Amino acid sequence: MNMMSRPKLRDQRVTLSHGGGGKAMRDLIEHVFTSVFEPASMEDQARLMNDAIQEPGARLAFTTDSFVVDPIEFPGGDIGKIAVCGTVNDLAVGGAKPLWLSAAFIIEEGTEIALLERIVASMKAEADKAGVRIVTGDTKVVGRGSADKVFVTTAGVGVIAPDVHLSADLIQPGDVAIVNGVLGDHGAAILAARGDMALSTDIVSDCQGLGHLMQTVLAAAPNTRAARDATRGGVASALNEMAEAAKLAIEIEETALPLRPEVKGVCEILGLDPLYLANEGTLVVFVPADEADAALAAMRATDAGRDAVVIGRAHAGEAGRVTMRTLFGGARIVDMLVGEQLPRIC
Amino acid sequence: MKYADEFRDPKAAKALLERIGAVVDQIGATKEKPVYIMEICGGHTHAIFRYGLDKLTPEGIEFIHGPGCPVCVLPISRVDECVQLAERPEVIFTTFGDAMRVPGTRKSLLQAKADGADIRMVYSPLDALELARRNPDREVVFFGLGFETTTPSTALSIQQAAREGLTNFTVFCNHITVPPPLKALLDDPHMILDGFVGPGHVSMVIGIEPYQFIARDYGKPLVVAGFEPLDLLQSVLMVLEQIRDGRAEIENQYSRVVPDHGNPVSIAAIDDVYETRPSFEWRGLGEIDVSGLRIREKYRAHDAEEKFGIGYGAGPRHVEEPEGCACGQVMTGRIKPVACPQFGKGCTPEMPLGALMVSSEGACAAYYQYGGARVSEVAE
Amino acid sequence: MCLGIPGQIVEITDESRLMAMADVSGVRREVSVACIADGPLSDLVGAWALIHVGFAMSRIDEDEAAATLEALHALGEVQEELEAMAAGQEAMKEGAEA
Repeated sequence: MNMMSRPKLRDQRVTLSHGGGGKAMRDLIEHVFTSVFEPASMEDQARLMNDAIQEPGARLAFTTDSFVVDPIEFPGGDIGKIAVCGTVNDLAVGGAKPLWLSAAFIIEEGTEIALLERIVASMKAEADKAGVRIVTGDTKVVGRGSADKVFVTTAGVGVIAPDVHLSADLIQPGDVAIVNGVLGDHGAAILAARGDMALSTDIVSDCQGLGHLMQTVLAAAPNTRAARDATRGGVASALNEMAEAAKLAIEIEETALPLRPEVKGVCEILGLDPLYLANEGTLVVFVPADEADAALAAMRATDAGRDAVVIGRAHAGEAGRVTMRTLFGGARIVDMLVGEQLPRIC
Repeated sequence: MKYADEFRDPKAAKALLERIGAVVDQIGATKEKPVYIMEICGGHTHAIFRYGLDKLTPEGIEFIHGPGCPVCVLPISRVDECVQLAERPEVIFTTFGDAMRVPGTRKSLLQAKADGADIRMVYSPLDALELARRNPDREVVFFGLGFETTTPSTALSIQQAAREGLTNFTVFCNHITVPPPLKALLDDPHMILDGFVGPGHVSMVIGIEPYQFIARDYGKPLVVAGFEPLDLLQSVLMVLEQIRDGRAEIENQYSRVVPDHGNPVSIAAIDDVYETRPSFEWRGLGEIDVSGLRIREKYRAHDAEEKFGIGYGAGPRHVEEPEGCACGQVMTGRIKPVACPQFGKGCTPEMPLGALMVSSEGACAAYYQYGGARVSEVAE
Repeated sequence: MCLGIPGQIVEITDESRLMAMADVSGVRREVSVACIADGPLSDLVGAWALIHVGFAMSRIDEDEAAATLEALHALGEVQEELEAMAAGQEAMKEGAEA
């Protein structure tokens, strides 16, 4: 990351010539991307090896995700941080140790180079934190209006240790559901940062990598059944997916849900349900009841799991049904989200 | 959260439920012969299901979900007119999120947006005013929707626009008032209601006087209620006690927010900006006399109906409901949502036939989302 | 209908347009106080109001709120006593049976 060694780039903004395949493009890539990511070679493909893959019974985990976020920089992160965390987390919740990422950028003509640099710097910082390397990538430049500043696609490869088998269909009646922290911070932070509703808050996105946390859980609770990264659609959607796959019912406790007062405030003002707000660093993990305490204690000893708490249980009710016991012991269904949650006044 | 969390205390709720149970017994109400209580306001319907109150109250009480959801009672023709306005190239159409998914004849606002119309969701008409200030070369139309609670906000915004000379700000007025449909319901020969839980936030604007006719002329009790679960339970208890004692009064449970005489500034703003229409169409209820508002002549510059030649008097009015849609019968309390042949089949939140399934306040959406009907299938 | 939520007026932001900052659980939003401005605007700072679509629609009457709550709590306490009595009787019955 030696700034002095970077080739000079005179432009302040990306122009179509930066996508033309010529010298301008090479300069952009070297100046903004490869000088930071430092790939081992400049061949058209990354060549990879890791001892963990060689172990008999080990499996590769492979995932991809595209990232579009408005605003591109928000309290607690930016599109680059999300792009790394999101893919790292998709690997992590499968029990994989994340190893390598690719990163592809669709850049809108006119985007500030300085913005790209900030995005790339936060990707690098997050990748270092997660212990993964960004080993290959691509850039394309599109005309003004054909993209919203920058879209990022990351793919990731990780390795699953031979003794790790996580799958939602392994969840048993009686297993407990744990979340690692407060819900809905990302969704609420983005809503406020967008400014359409003219709300100001101190809420910061929960955007964070969950790789280390997940390994901690697996060590403490060896019979962990399954985990999900509760991103779009929130915890409600993650639970519904898991209930469906497990062919079990899940009941959560309203009083157990960890919510920041400000997130509650945003939800009350706009008539939203925090269970459906997006998270970018929140996992739902099912462990056997007798390993719950160990999992909780281990999670709480980490930064990403400081506020870990049990929110509910799986039981042999109607397959795929998620319900919530309300404050007063009433019950209501927590369904999948239909479309997008819209702010309401009625 | 102050003034909210205290009114969600489970201990007090349990006590209220015990009392409610005792009074229901004193009245002699049973599942077969229940007391019918209408919660007028969609916000109350939503809260009942959100907190599972329907399952906690005794079987001797049957809640009838009233017409107090402005999105649900909005006639399809008005939705169509919104789409028409929004599709004009010079227009920035601003609306509360609630209206986005309501199906029109051709499309919803959400679909119109996807087709290229400039539609923006706002939290407040003040935000629409701000858009008008920032976009002097565009016409900003605000979809004025709602009962007396929301009416002052658009009235005050129109007054502000007039003061500032913001000629590119108009309101497409669909404001409606609560008392006329109540009268229409009470005049219905099939009416079975024993009492009402009254709308708290409407009442903070208009006060409790406008409901007196319900007690005086129809002999029915009404208790103006807040929106927290304890507010609702206490109000239900107050209605039941009136029924037991043979009283019919207008009571105010929500006195922390609702002054008996309402809010004078709001009432004055409404009177200054709006006048009643001779009649207005309500989805499911038909035309109801003096139930809707329109913008007065002196503010015609801010009246979208005037400016764009749309709305009442500008075209054929009544549009038939989609076939098989029983929204009207549900809204008048004749049938429960689950009794509609389309419920959960032809009509779901993904593909709504009628407005009651779209609006989060609609009885059907509340039933579907929170499992008013389906929750009984869940293993307890 | 009509989502409304209690918020506290924390600052007058525009005297001439009757605008103020309201705080709902740590979330701030500029609202109009036209409906509750019946005296000097500065008197509103610290007051609680019911917020709806960007307007402070009604000042919350603290005395009325306290009275309602007191009645509710009294009910709750009576209920607790009743339950305690019932539990006591149950225990005595069990004791007698044992």
